[in-house]
Amino acid sequence: MTDKSGTMLYLNGVSVSFDGFKALNHLSIIVHPGEMLAIIGPNGAGKTTMMDIITGKTRPDDGEVYFDGRTDLTKLDEAQIANLGIGRKFQKPTVFESHTIWDNLVLALKKPRSVLAALLYAESAEDKARIEEILETVRLTARKDELAADLSHGQKQWLEIGMLLAQDPKLLLVDEPVAGMTDAETVETAKLLKDIARTRSVVVVEHDMSFVRELGTRVTCLAEGSVLAEGSLDQVSANPIVIERYLGR
Amino acid sequence: MLTQLLFRALDKKAIWLVFALVFIAIAIPVANLAIPEGNPLHLPNYMVPLLGKYLNYALLALALDLVWGYCGILSLGHAAFFALGAYAMGMYLMRQIGARGVYANPVLPDFMVFLNYKDLPWFWNGFDLWWFAFLMVLFVPGLLAFAFGWFAFRSRVTGVYLSIITQAMTYALLLAFFRNDLGLGGNNGLTDFKDILGFNVQAATTRAGLFAASALALALAVIICSAIVNSKLGKVMVAVRDAESRTRFLGWRPENVKLFAFVVSAVLAGIAGALYTPQVGIINPGEFDPANSIEAVIWVAVGGRGTLIGPIIGAVLVNAGKSIFTGAFPDFWLYCLGGLFIFVTLFMPKGIVGLFQKLRPRKGKEASSAAEAGEDPSTLPQSKPVPEPAE
Amino acid sequence: MATRILTLIAFLFAVAFAPLPALAQDDLAAEINALGPGSFADRTKAIDVLVATGDERVPPVLQALSDGNLYIRRSDGKVVIATKAAVGLQLTDPVDGADLGALPASELEKIKTNNGLRGRIRTAIGKLTLLSPDQPVRLAAAQSVLKNADPAMLELLDQAIAAETDPGIKSTMELARSVIVLKTDASVDDKRAAIDLVVAQNNRAAQTVLRNTLDTAPDELKPTIAAGIDSIGRTLAVWDVGQNLLYGISLSSVLLLAAIGLAITFGVMGVINMAHGEMVMLGAYTTYVTQLVIQSVAPGLMEYSLAFAVPAAFLITALIGIGIERGIIRWLYGRPLETLLATWGLSLVLQQLVRTIFGPTNKLVQPPTWMSGTFELWNLSFTWNRLWIIVFAIAVFIALQIILNRTPLGLQMRAVTQNRRMASAMGIRTPFVDAMTFGLGSGIAGMAGVALSQIDNVSPNLGQGYIIDSFMVVVFGGVGNLWGTLIGALSLGVANKFLEPYAGAVLAKIAILILIILFIQRRPRGLFALKGRAVES
Repeated sequence: MTDKSGTMLYLNGVSVSFDGFKALNHLSIIVHPGEMLAIIGPNGAGKTTMMDIITGKTRPDDGEVYFDGRTDLTKLDEAQIANLGIGRKFQKPTVFESHTIWDNLVLALKKPRSVLAALLYAESAEDKARIEEILETVRLTARKDELAADLSHGQKQWLEIGMLLAQDPKLLLVDEPVAGMTDAETVETAKLLKDIARTRSVVVVEHDMSFVRELGTRVTCLAEGSVLAEGSLDQVSANPIVIERYLGR
Repeated sequence: MLTQLLFRALDKKAIWLVFALVFIAIAIPVANLAIPEGNPLHLPNYMVPLLGKYLNYALLALALDLVWGYCGILSLGHAAFFALGAYAMGMYLMRQIGARGVYANPVLPDFMVFLNYKDLPWFWNGFDLWWFAFLMVLFVPGLLAFAFGWFAFRSRVTGVYLSIITQAMTYALLLAFFRNDLGLGGNNGLTDFKDILGFNVQAATTRAGLFAASALALALAVIICSAIVNSKLGKVMVAVRDAESRTRFLGWRPENVKLFAFVVSAVLAGIAGALYTPQVGIINPGEFDPANSIEAVIWVAVGGRGTLIGPIIGAVLVNAGKSIFTGAFPDFWLYCLGGLFIFVTLFMPKGIVGLFQKLRPRKGKEASSAAEAGEDPSTLPQSKPVPEPAE
Repeated sequence: MATRILTLIAFLFAVAFAPLPALAQDDLAAEINALGPGSFADRTKAIDVLVATGDERVPPVLQALSDGNLYIRRSDGKVVIATKAAVGLQLTDPVDGADLGALPASELEKIKTNNGLRGRIRTAIGKLTLLSPDQPVRLAAAQSVLKNADPAMLELLDQAIAAETDPGIKSTMELARSVIVLKTDASVDDKRAAIDLVVAQNNRAAQTVLRNTLDTAPDELKPTIAAGIDSIGRTLAVWDVGQNLLYGISLSSVLLLAAIGLAITFGVMGVINMAHGEMVMLGAYTTYVTQLVIQSVAPGLMEYSLAFAVPAAFLITALIGIGIERGIIRWLYGRPLETLLATWGLSLVLQQLVRTIFGPTNKLVQPPTWMSGTFELWNLSFTWNRLWIIVFAIAVFIALQIILNRTPLGLQMRAVTQNRRMASAMGIRTPFVDAMTFGLGSGIAGMAGVALSQIDNVSPNLGQGYIIDSFMVVVFGGVGNLWGTLIGALSLGVANKFLEPYAGAVLAKIAILILIILFIQRRPRGLFALKGRAVES
């Protein structure tokens, strides 16, 4: 396959199976710096498993996974990978419900992650400004002192995106960001992600075709653990195999 | 930075608690020693070590709360750390007896003479020095907690599995300490203490002093715990409790956070045990009983976990109840204790503190500072959306 | 020793020959009375007559004569056995062992013996017992000869060996003969042959014999004896492994019984039931109560009391279990740590309840005769109750496998284990399945209690001794898999028994606990863990 230098994310021939079920089957994907990639595909296509492998939650049985063209992700654990600059938003929004929105962002803020640093941490004016800025971006400024548990589903999705931003990652993995959102919110989210993608690489997994169209980016369709088709959304959705296996007629 | 840490620790709630503890550290000895007998405010001698014991239990409960209430680690082995601290203190007290034992051996404690020891076992060296013994009170429980936690948290043993292996840990220690050849007094443990730091342990003044030390140690522990839970680290601990894997994907290392909390907690439990030994006058392997650890858990639950004052209230109330009941109706105490376990878990998941919170509803914006100040976070696992048993 | 043989023999006779014809009794009484009067020569003749009868009641009388316990009652000249009592002497009828009351020493005349007579008596007793048609009598006699190693018995022993048909008794006799030979001043060659014979026996008794003779043996024989001890030692080491394995399997069966109910509740429901040990305890108390009832209603059925106790214990504990599930546990689903605390509280209440009702002391549960005693197989010894518990554990395991894999309830239980929400969506009444599962787990604990009542003290604390071990088994084996529990119980039980000889019981247990703690940290989900995404939640 192509040379991995100059890529942000490089997956080559990745396979993994659970009790005989092949969740990923020789999957190869490349994401370049500053590029957004949308991944579509039927349930069970291996989208979440792929994210698990990139973030170190699951180890591949076979294949290469490289970050930034040189770091082998299969050797690292979740925390190391996160600290390299890979942020992940989960399919089910997971925020710290017994913390305030502000504290959720404080916890995500890119700062030393050691026990001692956390114990002695004091919010600097700079940190506060950064959090205010993120709150503005994800439109939660008014609710910053409320518990995250009290947010609506869509707001939790946004808070999680905000936490991703606070992490200041080079690569964002975003799993179904608009599930449970209104149409207006969906449009806003697409705009937000496009903004983010100007400076970082983003991988978005989504079922919502109008949202993917909104993103207007390169699309990869997965099925049964490997790539079915690649290209623009129009190319992919015109592909007869994709129509048969995923979109339906 | 340290001053800020301290400043954060002494928020409104914690500072009242610390003041209250300092007050009783003075008031109880005064009521016992200075106020003459016959005066209604006079405190009889037997009450002083009893109240001191309650405060030691309260410290144990606070230590347990730091890991359970804030970090989600239900340790069923905290009695082990308590007992190790107690044994370290007991070894110091044994060495202070010197030649005044029954067998009048200047070096060997009575039980060693009785068991035909020729020399002092190596690990007894140094325990004649108070500073060494006090250091060991902190070091031994801390080291065990570090070794145990390092393995357990790194391999991601969580939930009930962790609870069960902590129970196995204290059970193994219980069996070990019952053995005579361990060199720690076997079945009978360590007892017949004479002096502590040159003062007679039986004297009323010494007991009053030990009580004051217990209250002050508890106050210090409140400050330490408050500083921890109010720091960013405290927030990480709560985050680990509620969604451990999420913290990992944010780049935190839950195993290190838990290890820190576990070791601090074990050291606090060790201090509680060390203060307990001279006041009770004996330490034996029974203190390692897994049942003791679980009992300490119920103190925390009764008072209200995830708060700093809850475990203290719980420990004092339950133990006062135990003293009264076992005196008046000994047969009913276990029914009460057992019933308490069931009642609290079913009907009072937030404990007594939770009841007060219900009476005094939270005022909107105050929520955040309340959560930081160590009040019970509103999300107990109970309110999780999908009540699905752990698999 | 003599008195022990005496009592043994007397007992055997009392059991075997109690309803003897009255005529024979009179004859024997007359012949025994003939021992009294006359000279030593007359007495010798009387002894010969007695021996000639071949009657099994004769040896005790002769033994009493030899020990100087045979007297003539002055009032009627009857020969009686007399032993020292608080006042005077206590008399026993030599023929039927009847109590004849006490008499002052002045009312009795001791029947005198001399060395020659005593030697004759010894031979006579040996002849009567070693050549007795009764197997247990011969065995006891052979063992007694082995122990006393009296050179005077050599000739008789040779006769007995020649006549012996039972291989076990014969080998004991041969061993006894060799020991006697080694004791006498027989030639070195004879002794060497005797040693070879002992070594050929190749068992623990033979090794002990060699050890005992090592010091007194002639120097030229010492290397042979030492080599013999070593060679037997090697064989015994192999048998020791077998014996340890047997003990280990026995312990495993107990662990399996105690843990398997827990494995079900923990596996299916994710519930930590700290009151599980108390279900075992209640099962044991059910056995006790069942026996009380049977004793008063139908004492003849006592032998089969366990057959009633097993279903009774199952039903009672299962009902209590369902009650616990409906009353407490179902309110705590999704909060395993709270469940742990609540059930711990429950265990305190149940213990105290039993203590209030039955008292804090141990209760005696009668073992049926078919479960008491020991048996030996090759060089392995084993008690019957342990064997039956192994059988019972296997039966329970198989029954559970059938319930889980062949019944609708089992199917539903497995479905709930694998995916609770899906099962519920498929129309399985998960609350019902939960209650039934908990009842089943508790009921099995109750049955385990019946078994444990046979080997452990039935006290309110019975359950506590098993709870930590049971958890270790379940956690080690892995949740949601009964085979895991079986393997867990087997490995922990056997490992424990193999460590015990080296480390002692307590250290072995500590070592096992530490090993499990380390193991859990290597494989947090146990030996047979479920894999895949479902586990991650």
